[in-house]
Amino acid sequence: MSKQFELSVDRMTCDGRGLCAELLPELIRLDDWGYPILTPGPIPEHLIPLAQRAVEDCPVLAIAMRRTQHKK
Amino acid sequence: MSNSVLWYTTRGAGAVTLILLSCVVVLGILSTLRVQSASWPRFLTTGLHRNLALMTLVFLALHIVTAVVDPFTNLGWAAALIPFSSVYRTFWLGLGVISFELLAAIVVTSLVRGALGHRAWRAIHWLTYAAWPVGLLHGLGTGTDTWSAWMLAITAACVAGVGMAIFFRLTSGSADPLAAARTMFRSAVDRREA
Repeated sequence: MSKQFELSVDRMTCDGRGLCAELLPELIRLDDWGYPILTPGPIPEHLIPLAQRAVEDCPVLAIAMRRTQHKK
Repeated sequence: MSNSVLWYTTRGAGAVTLILLSCVVVLGILSTLRVQSASWPRFLTTGLHRNLALMTLVFLALHIVTAVVDPFTNLGWAAALIPFSSVYRTFWLGLGVISFELLAAIVVTSLVRGALGHRAWRAIHWLTYAAWPVGLLHGLGTGTDTWSAWMLAITAACVAGVGMAIFFRLTSGSADPLAAARTMFRSAVDRREA
């Protein structure tokens, strides 16, 4: 078991401001209406600081980074 | 000599605080307007807004500390922290204290925004619309340099910048093309949950 992180979006809160996709294009792209589509699965380690920034800079706090347990 | 250095620092830091704060207010409004271009991504507006706000607080601290420490003004720390408690220019200094304390509340709540929740944070953030004009009046009322040409130019530029940003904020419709649809959807969900 190892500790890993995953992103999630609260669809009810999200306003489609799109900062997250600018900050973390590796894992987040926008649909035609400007709402984020996340790449599922754990966040690669080198992207964790950027993911953190995407979480912190979301104007409406709609993104969360959660710790998940994954079997190795 | 050292006294006059403190006094000049107070005045200079006050002017810089006004400039920085006005830039921060304009950037905040630009971010709600979702201003962006190929060379100006949205996270730049947000990042600049945050970093300039922190820098504003540094110059504001410098402004306050040098004013209090200056033996000539003889203000004392209470005058810097309790509104309208100063013997010297009670009203105008009081406005400065109120503006400072509002800004401190706005910055501190922004630093713990994640823990506070978006709604409460936003309510407190609206206080900026009080903090900026109150701080501006403090400068106009008691600024040593207020009526010198260069300070008048700075003040006019700050008022024009913030005024224009507020004008655009009020006149441009919602920057969010899906705002109406989302509001409808949310109220439908709220009704189901109620």
